[in-house]
Amino acid sequence: MEQLPKWADLVVVPLVGLIMAFVLSMLMVLVTGHDPIQALKLMVSGALGSTYGWGYTLYYATNFIFTGLAVAVAFHASLFNIGGEGQAAIGGLGVALVCLFIPWPHWTIALLAASASAAVFGALWALIPAYLQAKRGSHIVITTIMFNFIAASLLNYVLVNQLRPRGSMDPATAKFPEATHLPSLGDMLGAVGIPFAKGTPANVSLFVALAACVFVYYLIWRTRLGYQLRAFGKSQPAAVYAGINPVKITIITMMISGALAGLMAINNVMGEAERLILGSVEGAGFIGIAVALMGRSHPIGILFAALLFGALYQGGAELGLWTSIPRELVIVIQALVILFTGALDNMVRLMVAKVLIRPKRAEA
Amino acid sequence: MEYLTVLQILDSGLRLATPLLFACLAGLFSERAGIFDIGLEGKMLISAFFSAATAFSTGSVWLGLLAGIASSLVLSGIHGLASITFRGNQLISGVAINFLASGLTVLIGLSWFKLGGQTPALQGNARFQSIDLPLADSLSGVPILGPLYSEVLSGHTFLVYIALLCVPLTWYILFRTRFGLRLRAVGENPAAVDTAGVSVVGLRYAAVAICGVLCGLAGAYLATGLGASFVKEMTAGRGFIALAALIFAKWRPWYALYATMLFGLLEAISNRYPSLDLGIVTLPSQFMQALPYILTVVILAGFVGKATPPRAGGEPYVKER
Repeated sequence: MEQLPKWADLVVVPLVGLIMAFVLSMLMVLVTGHDPIQALKLMVSGALGSTYGWGYTLYYATNFIFTGLAVAVAFHASLFNIGGEGQAAIGGLGVALVCLFIPWPHWTIALLAASASAAVFGALWALIPAYLQAKRGSHIVITTIMFNFIAASLLNYVLVNQLRPRGSMDPATAKFPEATHLPSLGDMLGAVGIPFAKGTPANVSLFVALAACVFVYYLIWRTRLGYQLRAFGKSQPAAVYAGINPVKITIITMMISGALAGLMAINNVMGEAERLILGSVEGAGFIGIAVALMGRSHPIGILFAALLFGALYQGGAELGLWTSIPRELVIVIQALVILFTGALDNMVRLMVAKVLIRPKRAEA
Repeated sequence: MEYLTVLQILDSGLRLATPLLFACLAGLFSERAGIFDIGLEGKMLISAFFSAATAFSTGSVWLGLLAGIASSLVLSGIHGLASITFRGNQLISGVAINFLASGLTVLIGLSWFKLGGQTPALQGNARFQSIDLPLADSLSGVPILGPLYSEVLSGHTFLVYIALLCVPLTWYILFRTRFGLRLRAVGENPAAVDTAGVSVVGLRYAAVAICGVLCGLAGAYLATGLGASFVKEMTAGRGFIALAALIFAKWRPWYALYATMLFGLLEAISNRYPSLDLGIVTLPSQFMQALPYILTVVILAGFVGKATPPRAGGEPYVKER
């Protein structure tokens, strides 16, 4: 198979995969007796047609940036962290403990502390699978899957038996104190005179997510650790021969990945719900896989892919609200994106290569 | 605890272990041939839906079973295409399959039955009926062993007995036939199998197809044997527990039986006693739910006997040119 030009590999192949996923999903919509064009229009206008829609799209996108980066960092070291879901849930626990039990004078300090706590909790949740992979050779995919379930049970226990306020039947913590309230995007843009819908969940965490993108870029391509991490990902024996400690790299990479996934909690727990509820991650950890694959594990790609999935989620919610098409349509689209940009990547690449390389040969 | 209570828990444990056993053996065939499959959950789910939907529409549970197996096979085909033909990442393919099933079942279910993603309740011939084993009644008078036979072993649906029969069958196929030898070899060293002139691709597709059939049985049992309709996300992580059982069983058929029985029993116990009072400590229900996963991590950590997966697992085979 001939080598594709880099631009085709990075842009055309994921785009073709995306288009195939959409065409197939819209076929499903047609088969189930709905109008796909109408559905698509509603999704686009619901997600991007108003600042209200943007407020939700950006909120979801913030979640997906964090989990996408988490998966991507691990991918660079050839590790598949499928445990973002659990790490983000435990990160939520970190945020809740910091917000509930320490009186904060101002949200800025609270945000810093909550971010640190979320990252530490997420990183620690990734530590055991990382250690087992590095030291005992247990497959990281299996252990992180197991840890997702263990996290769900642990959170269930903590919320029901420990953190639930007396007299409440909800498996959730009390509402966080007022001082930890994060300014929403609407408030912030309103302050500088840009009209933006109030009451949408997008908040200041979006900027933390953008900072995380910059951080990951520098980490992967501009630091010694990033170099070691990529070398380890390309060839483990070569990396070991070059003096890179495989145990150290595996553990550090997974902890950074877990920290990024955990950080998501400042958006959904501190920014949106302002209390910790059961199942607060809502599958964002898994969407991170789609986002990282679609974005080719590069922060800029992840940014766009997260925006796309954010819009998809908001559009899907609108669809569920106004039509009889369920929002689960988004899960189908997501599955097909993972399939075509991840598992069947080689197939898509072959198709693109046929179109791109054949004409050149004919000329020569 | 009374003897009857023990029997009831054992009985319920056997019921709950059956889907795990099917799925675990499914994973066993696939992974022994070198194809990782974390899409067991998705295949079970789609089979549960199509078996319930078809059984309701036609009134025949057998047609439902066939439809369930067929739908599971379609997803197996996708997994095979991605991981064998196009040499993609098998884990990512599995993730995609799980999501595909989770989304499609609701999307199709809602437009088919308009019941919020469920199928209507199945009655009569649209469900598997329980079978009484011979002499169950007359033997129930025998002390201790009699009730064990009539209460625990007898009175299950057809598929429970099929699942139990699948264990020796799997053992026989894998360890006593030429096909089984080749299948195991292809999971350990595909290049050697290829050199011997046997098709690696063919064997792996066969393994993936067997996996699809068994997942289909697991899903059909959930919706038409254990339950009486399809409910959204009704597999509830059973595919992953089966995966855990597979590791627990160290990729061996008889151990798979023991592991799934253990996990089924754990589920039955936690269903009956939401919080378990052991005298010294009270175990919360959440701990019982997490126990299969915790045990698997302990096994994976290698502290209680090492679990070594097939050597070529997860690696696409590239023929030399």
